[in-house]
Amino acid sequence: MRKGLFYQFALLIVAVSMVLAGCGANNEPASSGTNAPQESSASGGSDNGEIKVGILHSQSGTMAISETSVIDAEMMAIEEINAAGGVLGKKIVPVLEDGASDWPTFAEKARKLISEDKVATVFGGWTSASRKAMLPVFEELNGLLWYPVQYEGLEASPNIFYTGATTNQQIVPSVTWLLENRGKKVYLLGSDYVFPRTANLIIKEQLKAEGGELAGEEYTPLGHTDYSTIISKIKAADPDIVYNTLNGDSNVAFFKQLKDAGITAEDMTTLSVSVAEEEIRGIGVDVLAGHLAAWNYYQTTDTPTNAKFVESYKAKYGADRVTADPIEAGYTAVYLWAAAVEKAGSTDVAAVKEAAKELEWDAPSGKVKIDGETQHIYKTVRIGEVQADGQFKELWNSGEAVKPDPFLKGYEWAASIQQ
Amino acid sequence: MELFILQLFNGLSISSILLLVALGLAITFGLMKVINMAHGELIMIGAYATYLTQNLFLDYMPASMFNWYFVLAIPVSFAIAFAIGLVLEMGLIRFLYGRPLDSLLATWGVGLVLQQLARTIFGAPNVAVKSPAWLDGGMQIFGGTLLPYKRLFIIALVIACLVAMYVYIYRSLEGRRMRAVMQNREMAACLGVSTRRVDAMTFAIGSGIAGIAGCALTLLGPIGPSLGTYYIVDAFMVVVLGGVGKLVGTVLGATGIGMFNTLFEYWTNASLGKVLVFVCIVAFLQWKPSGLVAMRTRSLD
Repeated sequence: MRKGLFYQFALLIVAVSMVLAGCGANNEPASSGTNAPQESSASGGSDNGEIKVGILHSQSGTMAISETSVIDAEMMAIEEINAAGGVLGKKIVPVLEDGASDWPTFAEKARKLISEDKVATVFGGWTSASRKAMLPVFEELNGLLWYPVQYEGLEASPNIFYTGATTNQQIVPSVTWLLENRGKKVYLLGSDYVFPRTANLIIKEQLKAEGGELAGEEYTPLGHTDYSTIISKIKAADPDIVYNTLNGDSNVAFFKQLKDAGITAEDMTTLSVSVAEEEIRGIGVDVLAGHLAAWNYYQTTDTPTNAKFVESYKAKYGADRVTADPIEAGYTAVYLWAAAVEKAGSTDVAAVKEAAKELEWDAPSGKVKIDGETQHIYKTVRIGEVQADGQFKELWNSGEAVKPDPFLKGYEWAASIQQ
Repeated sequence: MELFILQLFNGLSISSILLLVALGLAITFGLMKVINMAHGELIMIGAYATYLTQNLFLDYMPASMFNWYFVLAIPVSFAIAFAIGLVLEMGLIRFLYGRPLDSLLATWGVGLVLQQLARTIFGAPNVAVKSPAWLDGGMQIFGGTLLPYKRLFIIALVIACLVAMYVYIYRSLEGRRMRAVMQNREMAACLGVSTRRVDAMTFAIGSGIAGIAGCALTLLGPIGPSLGTYYIVDAFMVVVLGGVGKLVGTVLGATGIGMFNTLFEYWTNASLGKVLVFVCIVAFLQWKPSGLVAMRTRSLD
């Protein structure tokens, strides 16, 4: 009898395991949302000489790895602005909420920030899934979101400002550069979710148009840890380039095992779009040296604002910390919003949006400008090579800030993607 | 041909990793019937122990000794995971024997606590462990095929662990007591065996082996707070498929899953390959609910 019961449990375990496997990375429980309430429910985000803004990133769960640094950068920007007198003579007061790497939680917290805390704007999100979850909330309540991460494009919500790169500021120019400099045979490797699949859809069209050749295409589940078979397939296909859109921990496993299989950066070029300075520290410089990445900003980017930015960031959070593209984009977002509010003379969403049009700022990554039509920003594209000290050496940049084109209207070959 | 050999080796390598991950669970879940959801976190603890050993070597030992840190990291990982397993057993698991559902929930909670603890101590981002130079590169066979030393090393490590476990369980006095308690607790207690001590030791050894698995995994994968969650499902799969309570079953289960996973992944892709493996396992368990190697009596051998 007891034995029979036990096998039922064995089966239960299988069932539970399947569910867990299905949930993959995001099986952390949603936080109970017991952040200390801010005093008094001020209206319109500005009262008593204060302006409240929301910061909504994952402080727990799998995405906390990346998002906590962006919170740090945004907090630093707010402190700097406050130290310089605030906006409209008022202090900015951040209200922190935890998205907990769980997309419905992002939507719920966004609603709470806008309706209950009455924040003037929200800085937040990382994964496209979290942005897509928050988008309807911001549109419904007419809120304002600043989203700091490069993404797959094909979106332009009137209530969101995108300070990360869209595809024509990262992926498209990097593919062009690779085809001109590193070879024609491209192997696409990515994690199995919306960003890599959309990105690869675009890359495949571009390869057809620009004379590249698709050597293969593989997707692995988020959190996949064994790449031996994939590497065998890559070896068999013998591409010139592996275009890597893997996200998160999988990058560690892939690059470690690639090195073990005897493939180095000299044998084959890999270009990653989700490996920045922070990730390099977790993967290990010894396995990454020589591999490429495409971003708009590196810690080594040589601009006057950046020297100061890196210095203050290290002074505030520790000399061993590094800055990276999304961190810079989060920092830039706060400054752009503050400048727009200053110009509009109010925190009203419509007024801020109007004032933000064609607004310019000297960001650590170089001069940026808000594109009024798409609410994305002009950014300089940079391709970097990982050096032995864990920093990037810039191999190429676009020379000038590239106009954002989230729907790729300027590219004939992209006609089939636009719908 | 070359590809075939390489894939065969990859299958063997994945099997060895699965086996290493599942061996500890084969003891805590297989022998002791504790549905130990914190097993993954014990693996994570082993990985962080390796990271700490590496840092100690970097700080206090001459650079020429660095390559040997890994040799020390294996017993250190075992010892730390062993100690934490011991504390866990004495503080919690002991009160939950014979209540599988409660132990499932309690250990799941312990797992979350350990994850958050790791995040607090080491930070949320992954940490890097530099593998020793003598494990870089690989062995050339038949001209082109390269067998990485790290994967060969893990296969050797698994065999060593298996032999050690076999000797301990079936050839030592302690092991005999352990088997006696697991077979018939009351009778063993009547004969003067301290069942409490045996329980604590058994659970701690299972945890220690999870620590070794964590140490080995630093060679191939990420080292972060959620490391354990990537392996816990596979570990349970191996033990359940192999047949609960049998070491031989665990070995067969790991080999089966590893080989088929590689095969399916090569034919289709990584996502579909995994689904096919799950489908096969579920179908197999419908046919033989007790797994590959059925336990015929209450005895263990």
